[in-house]
Amino acid sequence: MATDRHAETAQLKFRDPQRAAQLRAAIERTVAEVGHAPVTIMHVCGSHEQAIAKFGLRSILPPAIDLIMGPGCPVCITDMPEVDEAVALSARGVRVATYGDMIRVPGTTKSLADAQADGARVHVVYSVAQAVEMARTTTDEVVFFATGFETTAVATAAVLLAGTPHNFSVLSAHKYVPPAMELVASLPDTRIEGFLAAGHAATITGWRLFEPMARKYHTPIVVAGFEPLDILAAILRLVELVRDRRAEVVNMYPRCVSPDGNRNALDQMWRVFELTGGHWRGIAWVPDGNLQLRAEWAHVDARTRFGLGVRTRDDQPAVVTDCICGEIMIGRAAPTDCTLFGTTCLPESPVGACMVSSEGTCRIWYQYGGQPNLAGTAR
Amino acid sequence: MCLGVPGRVVEVNGLVATVDFWGVRRQVHLELVDEPVKAGDYILNHVGFAIRRIPEEDVEGTLALYEELLKEAGQDDLMAADVRGEMAAIPPEGHGNR
Repeated sequence: MATDRHAETAQLKFRDPQRAAQLRAAIERTVAEVGHAPVTIMHVCGSHEQAIAKFGLRSILPPAIDLIMGPGCPVCITDMPEVDEAVALSARGVRVATYGDMIRVPGTTKSLADAQADGARVHVVYSVAQAVEMARTTTDEVVFFATGFETTAVATAAVLLAGTPHNFSVLSAHKYVPPAMELVASLPDTRIEGFLAAGHAATITGWRLFEPMARKYHTPIVVAGFEPLDILAAILRLVELVRDRRAEVVNMYPRCVSPDGNRNALDQMWRVFELTGGHWRGIAWVPDGNLQLRAEWAHVDARTRFGLGVRTRDDQPAVVTDCICGEIMIGRAAPTDCTLFGTTCLPESPVGACMVSSEGTCRIWYQYGGQPNLAGTAR
Repeated sequence: MCLGVPGRVVEVNGLVATVDFWGVRRQVHLELVDEPVKAGDYILNHVGFAIRRIPEEDVEGTLALYEELLKEAGQDDLMAADVRGEMAAIPPEGHGNR
């Protein structure tokens, strides 16, 4: 086995190799004390998966730990009918502005990039604030196709509260992470014994809101940062909690996460948005998983302004039925279990949204070489 | 979209700050930040908005990951590309927006 050599190479990438080796040994000891294997833990953040794959963390973790990525890629869980709505608006001559990753995500028949190729005006923006500025410089209708979790929803809320020109509106596909974690935890056949919560989403929400969920599903939750050592330390703490059967929330990222989060940002988010159930692409209907504009913001809601009808998910292209993004995002399958992965489904011609985004599990695994390990990361 | 990027506040002008990201100056909105910021403070930027003022004692630890990423990573590295993308995409100083 080349495991030792891999572990050694991995440690070269850590700022503090000795600390990494200590954490690894402690994780190995602790997981052996749990009494069963594997212990399956789920993280819910594309940036965590990037760090895990990039630093080859899976290859230095003991085999008794199964570390999987859950529904943590905002682009991946944006539903096909939501993309269809944006495509339909662009076909009506409306300028559609959205975050970069979104334009290649396939809709039922087209992506926004396809629409753009057909002459529609689709604009990639870095910030919702740029979309507002664009509306100020034109008389055309500008719709911001608003995607992402709490971290971007607060920005959408802030521009609306600050006041937007009359030709600006929002097509909200914003999602709220905690209910999706709860959904995964509640699946009758779930293997998930603990969660790593995403550091920067928790910067907004705080860590205390995870406590009811931890108690209800007897699942410990540890908030983790993005450095490889942060992630290893969080995994160790999580495995300790699993071993001790303590369904608690522990904040291992106090540098950025407080008990109640960013009250100012949350206050703005809840003044503009409310929770509603919604379909997450490939996963399921997630109760309270979507953020929709409150009734008092109907005048800036693109769905109201343009009379967008409710669309169905019945006419998906055949190849999509082979795509197992949904199974991957709830932790039942790995990208390598998918027959399309690396064959039909490639970064340049993605079938599923998980291959589109730089935060998608499939895209990350493809980039760092199959199952992310050091063979793929050591260059 | 998940990873914010830290930067140092150079100047505050109402609800917009000029922020230095490793030598590149960009405009960042302050509507969402959790505490008031002033020149010299570090903030965590996310899609053009400061979402946190980084406490002074945490600045060094926060910057370390990013410095490592930017130093070591090749052009095709996804995580570094996301960080570079964040910095490149924030509107430059003096240019409101495109």
